[in-house]
Amino acid sequence: MNRGLLISLQILVAVVTLVLWHIASSTTLFGDPKTISFFFADPISVIKRIWTWFSSGTIWYHLGITLTEAVLAFLIGAIGGVVFGFWFARKPLLAAVFDPYVKAANALPRVVLAPIFALWFGLGIWSKVALGVTLVFFIVFFNVYQGVKEVSQPVLNNARMLGMNERQLLRHIYLPSALSWVFSSLHTSVGFAVVGAVVGEYLGSAAGLGYLIHQAEGVFDVVGVFAGMFVLMAFVLVVDGLVSLVEKRLLAWRAS
Amino acid sequence: MPNENSHAVRLHGVSIDFALANGKRFEAVAPVDLSVGDHEFVAIVGPTGCGKSTLLNAAAGLLKPASGSVEIFGERLSDINRKAGYLFQQDALMPWKTVSDNVAIGLEIAGTPTRVAREKAQEWLVRVGLGAFGDRFPQMLSGGQRKRVGLAQVLIRDPKILLMDEPFGPLDAQTRLIMGDLLLKLWSEDRKAVMFVTHDLDEAIALADRIIIMSAGPRSRIIGDFPVTLERPRDVGEIRHDPRFNALHREIWDALRDQVMAAYQNTAGAPAA
Repeated sequence: MNRGLLISLQILVAVVTLVLWHIASSTTLFGDPKTISFFFADPISVIKRIWTWFSSGTIWYHLGITLTEAVLAFLIGAIGGVVFGFWFARKPLLAAVFDPYVKAANALPRVVLAPIFALWFGLGIWSKVALGVTLVFFIVFFNVYQGVKEVSQPVLNNARMLGMNERQLLRHIYLPSALSWVFSSLHTSVGFAVVGAVVGEYLGSAAGLGYLIHQAEGVFDVVGVFAGMFVLMAFVLVVDGLVSLVEKRLLAWRAS
Repeated sequence: MPNENSHAVRLHGVSIDFALANGKRFEAVAPVDLSVGDHEFVAIVGPTGCGKSTLLNAAAGLLKPASGSVEIFGERLSDINRKAGYLFQQDALMPWKTVSDNVAIGLEIAGTPTRVAREKAQEWLVRVGLGAFGDRFPQMLSGGQRKRVGLAQVLIRDPKILLMDEPFGPLDAQTRLIMGDLLLKLWSEDRKAVMFVTHDLDEAIALADRIIIMSAGPRSRIIGDFPVTLERPRDVGEIRHDPRFNALHREIWDALRDQVMAAYQNTAGAPAA
């Protein structure tokens, strides 16, 4: 399909949705506009609210907090996942002994940890970082474990025959192989880092996008809830776009 | 003593077996004696699954024989064979490194400065006809081109022994001929000792000085040892029309045919007459 046409159609979907939303919340066509705008807000007010947030600059503080939490959660979780994934993959006994516990820990829905983390780390950013870490860690851990385990046997034998010692195998074979698995799950793990941050903020905090949405919800400020959701959506899209750029560079060798 | 050193590879009663899932041992190769002289090109031919590759892995030090010993230039092999280069049948290049990095790595890990290693790698890429492909990744190359990179990667280290496990097996017929010629051209420069495993008798006769025939597994053994007296340099494509090539082919094929049929019956589950 023609690219220009495709983009026009995609924009059309957004316009139609906004127009329908506007009509529903300002005319009697779909029912009482007062009720509808109480539950669904109206697009003009939402856009105005977002505009106020950005023009007054208050939103940047919250965005900054959420971004910091997500970045810290990703870094700590990813480094931990790489280290433990490596360790477990290279020590089969260790992996076998801890297998049921790793599975059990991963089976726990992470949201229930939020109150515990709030208790342990307080209401500042670290309880949110901790929540994100528990999500990111397992994704990276399992991918690294898999990546090290599934190094192609001919590649490994070839490297040995080329004269690599254990340390060189680690650097030139195991690490790149494991990292390629981590990079290919980058979208998922970065996404989860954001989820951890926002859910943590939502459940108890004094700053961040999750806090903003929760505050608005607490006073039935539906416009604020919707505005917060749209800002969050845009935020995640921008982060995801950056991840795609990074991925394109790091996994250049995969392109055919 | 001087005689000892003229052998690049010497297998002494080497047998190889594997543990099966049911706890029993599968004896892949019965005790085998085989020597490869320095500068000698030996092809090992046998039906599929006869343990040719296994024997090669024992000479490489990647696999420990169940019994017997492997000697490399008179010294008993106990670890990886440092004097050997190995060209594998499967893709064995590091996919995350560029072609040039793949070729240079053997020198770099041995301590050669990066700049020197890169220059050498470029020289070798030119020699295998891939001078313009250094900054590509292996995935962007064809199967034949990847084999060329593999050849450069192995030869840049200047090993005294070259082990090759059906290296051109996955390639199409024309590419195999071209690769055979390239191999002979590079080999003729310093005539390394070669162990070349293949199931293609034509390829073996065109390339080798000597052909070893192995029987069908299990417990496969050497059942024939034929010198190839065709003079060098040879043209891998042309030599097939030489009457002496055909005579030799017939003689060796007579020995090989029964084994191929036996192997076929073992693996294809043909009715045990």
